[in-house]
Amino acid sequence: MTTTNPATATDAKISVREVTKTFPLKGEEFTALDRVSIDIADNEFVTVVGPSGCGKSTLMNVLAGLETPTSGEALVDGRAVSGPGPERGVIFQQYALFPWLSVRKNVEFGLKVNGVPKAQRRERAEHFIEMVGLQQFADALPKMLSGGMKQRCAIARAYAVNPSILLMDEPFGALDALTRVKLQEQLLDTWSREKRTVMFITHDVDEAVFLANRVVVMAARPGRIYDVIDVDLPYPRTEDVRLSPEFGELRNRVWHAVYHQEPGVAAGATSH
Amino acid sequence: MARMSTMEQQSQQPVTGTEDTAVVVDGMRTSAITAVDDDGGRPRRRRSGGMGTRTKLLILNAVSIIGGIAIWWLLALNGFQLPTPPEVVEKAVQLWNAGILQEDILASLGRVLAGFLLGSAAAIPVGFLMGWYTVARGLFEPWIQFFRTIPPLALLPLVLVLLGIGEIPKIVVIFLAAFLACVISTYQGVVSVDRTLINAARVLGAKDGTIFARVVVPASTPFILVGMRVGLGSAWATLVAAELLAAQAGLGRRMQEAQIYYDLATIFVGIVLIGILGLVMDRLLLFAETKLTGWQERR
Repeated sequence: MTTTNPATATDAKISVREVTKTFPLKGEEFTALDRVSIDIADNEFVTVVGPSGCGKSTLMNVLAGLETPTSGEALVDGRAVSGPGPERGVIFQQYALFPWLSVRKNVEFGLKVNGVPKAQRRERAEHFIEMVGLQQFADALPKMLSGGMKQRCAIARAYAVNPSILLMDEPFGALDALTRVKLQEQLLDTWSREKRTVMFITHDVDEAVFLANRVVVMAARPGRIYDVIDVDLPYPRTEDVRLSPEFGELRNRVWHAVYHQEPGVAAGATSH
Repeated sequence: MARMSTMEQQSQQPVTGTEDTAVVVDGMRTSAITAVDDDGGRPRRRRSGGMGTRTKLLILNAVSIIGGIAIWWLLALNGFQLPTPPEVVEKAVQLWNAGILQEDILASLGRVLAGFLLGSAAAIPVGFLMGWYTVARGLFEPWIQFFRTIPPLALLPLVLVLLGIGEIPKIVVIFLAAFLACVISTYQGVVSVDRTLINAARVLGAKDGTIFARVVVPASTPFILVGMRVGLGSAWATLVAAELLAAQAGLGRRMQEAQIYYDLATIFVGIVLIGILGLVMDRLLLFAETKLTGWQERR
């Protein structure tokens, strides 16, 4: 089981240090993140769950390089994040596929803008389209795809540029419960074959426990880390795991941490 | 079909015209310019029913056209001072054989195309600049907001005084009409590009230039094409009025002359031709739109 503590922070794949992010909101300062610190190890699968307004998406945007922290810093491979980079793939809740490009062209997009030659592009795209099972839809436009297929395409697109980190912002949030469960299983399957460091934002407690090595529970006003819960369940996570008493117990713990938060507690910020 | 209500809808929010009724009476288009609100709706693909609905619509269209002509004919035969359809056709053939019709069509088409193409060509970069750079927006916006409240024709007296009665003033006025319609639409398209798409491109490694070319431009294309269609309608409307005032040749000019001689058939030839030419050009743009923006989700 991978657990990291701040003492070995330099070894961490992702290291968030005392990150604070404030926004001006109607003349006042809104603190989206308040001295958030967390380390994520290489190839670890971390889920982040919390009530709305807890800053989980802001945390992801900081790591993606789409937002700069007001203070503190986010390190990836020991280097401070100063903008988006090819080693960090991002998957958005709204899929964010380019609607004018076919599935194949969407998957090739990142390769194309990075100057990968056409033949190589084709080959890599083919591989990842196959990985998510969209071979038959390679030439279809996004409008032809269902929500689940769109998100699979987005996952293939993120994988195609070969990032070592995947940042996923409630990727299955817009999907129905059945599709969601199926995609969770497929995601874990993909992850076990193509290991990456994953930070997965969700508001679904079951999803958070089912996917993760570690669940980070956040609290709102100000956005902070409330608790970090290790998930000592074996991979591959089968249906048996999902229905096991151990799973239920962990789910209860996470549920409690999310829905019955004591005011003023912050795990990450006060740990050192 | 609810033609009237569609026209009203069209003039309030030109971007949501439906496929079969977007080509409303071209004169209606003038009001369309001032009606493009900054917060106007997004262009949408129209819902197309199955083949059944389509065929039914085509049949209804044909019935409507034939019925309309029949009513016109009946009115003409019953004392109204209208030429009958055969008289109009005969007049058209006569004008054609005299070489007058070709000359008029060429003169009018030339003006419209010159003004429309120049207007669109100028509007697209200006619209992009306004949407992309705050500085450009701040500098251009007051003038565009000001001029779009003035019907281009209202500038005709001024333009005639300053530029004389040659081709230039007419093209300038048509240019303005097309430019104003298209620039606002393009600008609207650029500012409404989904932020997530830009972020998605950015995290995949795209730099500003690439994002502009590969995300902003394609995402704005539907808006630009809608703007061009509105601009084209507006260009036609302006053309005819400009020719009515001062021209050597042209369909508007011919109608003006016919009015003096009480030549109703020629006036009808002019009206019908202007309608048909406008329709053909609009359909060409619609075709381009279908080709270029078929990727849009239908909602």
